[in-house]
Amino acid sequence: MNDTPQAAANEPAVRFEAVTKRYGDVVAVDAVSFDIAPATLVTLLGPSGCGKTTTLRLVAGLEQASDGRILIGGADVTHLSAAERDVSMVFQSYALFPHMTVIENVSYGLRSMGIRKAQAAEQAAQKLALVGLAGYENRQPSELSGGQQQRVAVARAIVLEPKVLLFDEPLSNLDAKLRRRVREEIRELQQSLALTVVYVTHDQEEALAVSDRIIVMNAARIVQDGTPHALYNEPNSRFIADFMGDANVLDAVVGARHGDLADVQVGPLRTAIRHRGFAGTRAAIALRPHSLRLAEGRRPDMLGGTVRKRTYLGDHVEYHVTLDEPRAELFVSAPATAALIPEGAAVAVTFDPAEAILIGE
Amino acid sequence: MPGSQPAVRRDVAGWLLIGWAAFLLLPWYKLESGFFAFDWLVRRGDGSPAAVLAFGAAPWLAPLVVPLLVATLLCARRHMRGVGVVAALGLVWLTAQGFAIIHSGWGYGWLASLSGAPGPKQPALGWGATAYCVALLMLVATELADRGYCKGDRFIVGSLLFVIAGMVLFVAYPLIAILLSAVQDNDGHFAPALFAAKVTNANIWSLRCLAGNGACGSAWNTVALAILVGVLCTALALPLALIALRTRVRAAWLLRSLSILPIITPPFVIGLALILLFGRAGIVTNFLSAHFDIPRSRWLYGMPGIAIAQVLAFTPIAFLVIAGVLQGVSPSVEEASSTLRASRWRTFRTVTWPLIRPGLASAFLIGFIESMADFANPLVLGGNFNVLSTDIFFAVVGAAHDQGRAAVLAIVLLAFTIAAFLAQRHWVGKRSFVTLSGKGDGGLPAPLPRGLRYGCYAVATPWLVLTIVVYVIILAGGFVQSIGRDNTPTLEYFLTAFSVEKGVNGWFLSGSAWPSLLTTIGLALVAMPLTAALGILTAWLLDRQRFRGRTLFEFLAMMSFAIPGTVVGISYILAFNVPPVQLTGTGLIIVISFVFRNMPVAIRAGLANLAQIDRSLDEASLTLRARSFATFRRAILPLLKPALVTAMIYSFVRAVTAVSAVIFLATGRFNLATVYIVGRADVGEYGIAIVYAAVMIVVMMAVLVGIQWLVGERRLGRRRAVADTGALPA
Repeated sequence: MNDTPQAAANEPAVRFEAVTKRYGDVVAVDAVSFDIAPATLVTLLGPSGCGKTTTLRLVAGLEQASDGRILIGGADVTHLSAAERDVSMVFQSYALFPHMTVIENVSYGLRSMGIRKAQAAEQAAQKLALVGLAGYENRQPSELSGGQQQRVAVARAIVLEPKVLLFDEPLSNLDAKLRRRVREEIRELQQSLALTVVYVTHDQEEALAVSDRIIVMNAARIVQDGTPHALYNEPNSRFIADFMGDANVLDAVVGARHGDLADVQVGPLRTAIRHRGFAGTRAAIALRPHSLRLAEGRRPDMLGGTVRKRTYLGDHVEYHVTLDEPRAELFVSAPATAALIPEGAAVAVTFDPAEAILIGE
Repeated sequence: MPGSQPAVRRDVAGWLLIGWAAFLLLPWYKLESGFFAFDWLVRRGDGSPAAVLAFGAAPWLAPLVVPLLVATLLCARRHMRGVGVVAALGLVWLTAQGFAIIHSGWGYGWLASLSGAPGPKQPALGWGATAYCVALLMLVATELADRGYCKGDRFIVGSLLFVIAGMVLFVAYPLIAILLSAVQDNDGHFAPALFAAKVTNANIWSLRCLAGNGACGSAWNTVALAILVGVLCTALALPLALIALRTRVRAAWLLRSLSILPIITPPFVIGLALILLFGRAGIVTNFLSAHFDIPRSRWLYGMPGIAIAQVLAFTPIAFLVIAGVLQGVSPSVEEASSTLRASRWRTFRTVTWPLIRPGLASAFLIGFIESMADFANPLVLGGNFNVLSTDIFFAVVGAAHDQGRAAVLAIVLLAFTIAAFLAQRHWVGKRSFVTLSGKGDGGLPAPLPRGLRYGCYAVATPWLVLTIVVYVIILAGGFVQSIGRDNTPTLEYFLTAFSVEKGVNGWFLSGSAWPSLLTTIGLALVAMPLTAALGILTAWLLDRQRFRGRTLFEFLAMMSFAIPGTVVGISYILAFNVPPVQLTGTGLIIVISFVFRNMPVAIRAGLANLAQIDRSLDEASLTLRARSFATFRRAILPLLKPALVTAMIYSFVRAVTAVSAVIFLATGRFNLATVYIVGRADVGEYGIAIVYAAVMIVVMMAVLVGIQWLVGERRLGRRRAVADTGALPA
């Protein structure tokens, strides 16, 4: 969907150039740079306090950068206020004006631009229909369900056809079933209108599901930036491996390299793993919970441990295993078809080397 | 932003236009006949604009054209940098010449000795100068905004500068005038020795009453009285609050009437009622003397009487503070305690009590401040017992007319109240553990232990009875010949005060109270929207904007709450009696004193309301292309309607019932109801005073109830503020 009709296809919709935001001594965003291509959905992902929301608010103009430059559609907007930027936002709390009807809420931005009431209402009604809320024009926001309020917020944000649409954790006030549906709706809307969207969430599954690209932040910096596939399969740090899929990370020593593969020693185990260009010796390997296999008993040249806890979940079984060497807690997700292993049993842990990921320190 | 300005900026051009009009057309100086007589249009001369005066009588006004010229040139060249700088310089020059050249020649002694001549003279600034100042101030704001102050928002910077300028001129400058007056002798020379002598004067600090030979100084009297009143108010308010919120009584009417009474009752009215009850010829005194041979005495006049009056007057305020804290104690923590096998008494002692303790400290300090600031009760009941607030009044009004002494007394009083105010902020600012989570927690508050409950009833009942008696006296006392002595009903006093007669030219208001009542209501009505607007705007700036110096701004805004009315009154007299800003004798100064005295109430109402409005509403509006002014007007102000109404009512009622500040400012032409009543009471005409007070209370009650009924308790659906989830950056 990168086929934007504009000639400005090479011009990023949003560009951050070494943007820093400080509150007193606290650095909330530290020299962050990125480009966002038009008509893509880019997610800012990270644990709470990582600076992702601040970054989003910097795009919106709700915070002013302490340093660096922000460009939207090629124009420098660093010092422009929120009202002067061609950006709209969907808030976590929806922030619908409680004293206005649905249609008044949606036409608010048009009225701010000085468009006459009747015309604004007409355009707003189109957008309401687009989010499936035709007929709700004269309701009060308080008369709508959470999901409907969320759609009103989306309609209100897209009514100005902004260059960039921002979502701040839009699903966090919805129940689990509704979340999946709404995120699909957001994705469809983004693709059908070819919107440029910046989306903030702390939920990695949500990020993987909706994004063209994910920017993972931690401690005020970008740690990795790439497609969902790249982030999941090619994490560049322990943090990413752990954050993007609960990987178990074990210390490892890297030996000789042969082509794509490198000899790796993990505790008593010797194996060969794709080295992905890593050149050092001290490293770690990341193992997804579902790529580990357990077998009762011990083998000297394999990873061994003890089952601490077992949780039966119907379609699969989760084990917590304390590994002997290297010392670590493993989280294993085994298919329910495999034989159940009792708690307290000694186990040998195996995995397919093709599914292990080597991570530099 | 520079680079993105295709045309001359309209706001800058507009302010420049106003500045030019002020300089070229409007009368620069204050007019004796008043601006709105408009005779300056036909009769030039004293009504000349600065442009004319600069070529003749007042050449020092000529430099004021420079900022306008330079700013216009810069503006025409689309070069905005520097406009604010020249505007600021213009303001500096205006201020400097205003203070340097006054009505009596040079404003400073050193200028006279430097020039050796008596120097030029000029009257006070008028509307031309005012408009010029506002225009220049807004040009400064534009430049500050362009330089990125307050996120570059011109509306915010402009309103901020406007509010600050108002506070500097009408709060800070008068206080500085007090300080200056205190350290000068009556001829205007710097006299630190005299100041030291005045500050340490025995009349203020003497402790002779402890040794039993003579009276104590008024400072100690004031402090002792304030501590006593603070303790008594708190001790009475706690049981009242516990009864209202933690017993079956749960009387909504008690809460409501206690929250209304102190606002609508002019403070001295309680004192008047006490005189009618316990004075030498009071009802109770007569009864005791007739039936029990208890001799009549003047025990009421002095500390006992003032203390009783103030406790009656201020306990409701302390009650509101404690009730607020008690409501903040979540019932679920009390329930948690009782499920952990704690008895009712243990629950109260180990959970409820520690949680409300900060509220008690706060209630005490508020009683303390109110007592110190109270002027009318000591005036009516003081006798030979001197307190600072009345001392200040008599220092300027009495035969002595010693402004320096008044200034020194005002400084002492101010020091006490501000210290108490700071202490209160310190306690309440931490707000310790009482927090409203915003999650609706159900549950029932724990009932009080039985002994405590009866204790509460025992303390509260006598107070309630006395309060009711006092109000009965006030409402009924004016309609009998002489209450207690001759209880024949009469309309004599009412008719004297409020009669309406038919004369040759139709109906007219012949009662003696009409002029002051109408003046009061008129001025209060003018002040009402101004107070509310300024207060709500300030609250919005404080709550929603982040800018450098915000803490200081907030402190200044709320501090005017701690300045006693008498201090305000004396400071206004000292500051605004002479040029450059001369306002005494006008209705304007009374309106201004109303506005700045009552602004903190409006600010509080605004802050409380804003706290319920999720910040993301502002942000949503901003991201929808509405600039801060549009956001304020369209998204936030409609939601602030409750606060706006509250602020309007309170500022109106408080203005009508105020005494302490305006007693200095009222004049024959602008006489005020309260000042009139105090005057009647002072000469012993209690009948008229009481009937007038009763009418005021009834009118105020009608206003309050009427507006509350009109506005109703309208709720906007479920406005759950999802406050702490998304409002702040993660």
